[in-house]
Amino acid sequence: MIEVQNLTYSYTGSTKIVFPDFSVKRGETCLLLGESGSGKTTLLHLLGGLLTSQQGNIHINGTDITALSEQALDNFRGEHAGFIFQKNHLIRALTVKKNLMMAPFLANKKQDDKRADEVLTLLGLIDKKNSRIQELSQGQAQRVAIARAIINKPHIIFADEPTSALDDANCNRVIKLLMEAASQNQSTLLIATHDQRLKSHITMNVQLSNSQH
Amino acid sequence: MSTFSLVWNYLKSKPLNMALNITLLSLGIAVITILLLFSSQLEQKINQNAKSIDLVVGAKGSPLQLILCNIFHIDFPTGNIKLNEAERIAHNRLVKKAIPLALGDSYQDYRIVGTTQDYATLYEAQLSQGAWWNKELEAVVGSNTASMLNLKIDDSFVSNHGLTKEGGQHEEQHFIVKGILKPTSTVLDNLILTSVESIWKVHEHVENTIDEVRSDKSESNQHDSTFTASSLVPSIAGGDSTKEITSMLIQYRSPMGAVMMPRLVNSQSNMQAASPAFETARLFTILGVGVEIVLGFAYVLIFISALSIFIALYNSLKERKYDLAIMRTMGASRSNLFVTIVLEGSTLTLLGSIAGLFMGHGTLLLLAALIDDVQKAGVNGFVFYITEWWILGGSLTLGFICSLLPAIQAYRTDISRVLAEN
Repeated sequence: MIEVQNLTYSYTGSTKIVFPDFSVKRGETCLLLGESGSGKTTLLHLLGGLLTSQQGNIHINGTDITALSEQALDNFRGEHAGFIFQKNHLIRALTVKKNLMMAPFLANKKQDDKRADEVLTLLGLIDKKNSRIQELSQGQAQRVAIARAIINKPHIIFADEPTSALDDANCNRVIKLLMEAASQNQSTLLIATHDQRLKSHITMNVQLSNSQH
Repeated sequence: MSTFSLVWNYLKSKPLNMALNITLLSLGIAVITILLLFSSQLEQKINQNAKSIDLVVGAKGSPLQLILCNIFHIDFPTGNIKLNEAERIAHNRLVKKAIPLALGDSYQDYRIVGTTQDYATLYEAQLSQGAWWNKELEAVVGSNTASMLNLKIDDSFVSNHGLTKEGGQHEEQHFIVKGILKPTSTVLDNLILTSVESIWKVHEHVENTIDEVRSDKSESNQHDSTFTASSLVPSIAGGDSTKEITSMLIQYRSPMGAVMMPRLVNSQSNMQAASPAFETARLFTILGVGVEIVLGFAYVLIFISALSIFIALYNSLKERKYDLAIMRTMGASRSNLFVTIVLEGSTLTLLGSIAGLFMGHGTLLLLAALIDDVQKAGVNGFVFYITEWWILGGSLTLGFICSLLPAIQAYRTDISRVLAEN
């Protein structure tokens, strides 16, 4: 499903990050662990096609995404990927439901009301369907972000520090929901984090070293 | 979701901003619309009213005043001219038609014009009811006059001396409405027409004292053995030296008239000729300055609104950079973001200009309903011009221009960097 080989990335200047080779199969959940500055976010962005100009290969579903054009990467993300970040990054001008609908709209997929209700029910947000983002608690907002990431049933869910800002109770709830949603759709789940709490939920991990050349 | 619904939700999330931008732009557009409607209709009216008249001959004074008074019936007469002198001009072989006008009286601010039926024919006016006058003190009223003053056939009224309500009334003489004209959308709609003799009759008592002095002259006229009717006012003997009229409208027989007639008339000591074409052109030039100042003001308003829209979009990009980045992660392309921002600016200007057009037309409708003079001038809010499409198109372009820079910035969003910032 995901195969990373000889991947390095150079920032402007001379810092260069060398990533270990690894592969993740369909439906598996994997943590990308490392301290801040170790390149977790960079790796996640490279895998999600948000960042290019790397060296090495990233194969996803057999496609080498490092060879794709920017437009093809946009389509690739819409087709295969869902993203969750530390901050929820919900669009505050829109209601919960409309935020969800942005995902199929931008991916040129069918906007299915039933699917939206299904996802909101799964995440316990169905009564917040028409709420404004400002009215949600932090935990609720993060769950809306998860709903948005999974509504298109993506092959891969990329999560960047999804639980770092949450308290223990919310952290447990969010990670469980995330894993449940991923397994329902047979999605591969990649979580970049330094949050040690997640280790008790997910065993498979890729450790990024802080060694920069 | 759709691009438009996204844009609309963004606009709706800042209602005050949206209201300010739309209001600013709509004010500018409304001013332009009002000017457009007002000046186009006025120009059309003026040309319509003046189109078949080549020359106006009247007493010496301001030529513009002569035109304003005798064609548009807005200014006051320059004075009177002798009927026999007017006749001499009318007999010139370059003159195809000469129509006498006797002005100076009014009824409820609507002017009474002593003339011949030729005057109505000039504007292709037809009767909607009743008949033309054939006796003294019978009148035919314009369609607007009839409806505004609620005049019906066989109604009678007393005229005022002068062109305002303040003038003394000619109480002894009652006019009778004999006919009502169909609307012509010319100045005729707001007039009361009667024969020249009626005007003289009404003024007879005023001038009786003067007439006594002149009686020897008029008697000499009556003693003429061969009665040749005046070409202007057939009931009067040709060459009558006592009767006066206000002016005479002339149509030329050939273009040579335009060369010869004004000079011929102006060479006479107490008459002058004014060309409607020339004087209205001069009028437009005078009005043009005022119009341009107001227009300049409108453009300033529009410029400020464009600036305000630009600043609003530019500032909102700072708050929205995460929104833009997250949209990219969901599959939106750079051009999708560009289009979204441009659409936002254009929607604002489109709404602003539509609101402006409504305000413009609405203001004129209101003015026409509240102010008689606007209605008399024939200005109507329900007239639409092709230029208004240009206003709409122009404002869309304006929206595009002021959202271009923010849109380019959105296009250039570096998703990875924005998302890594926290």
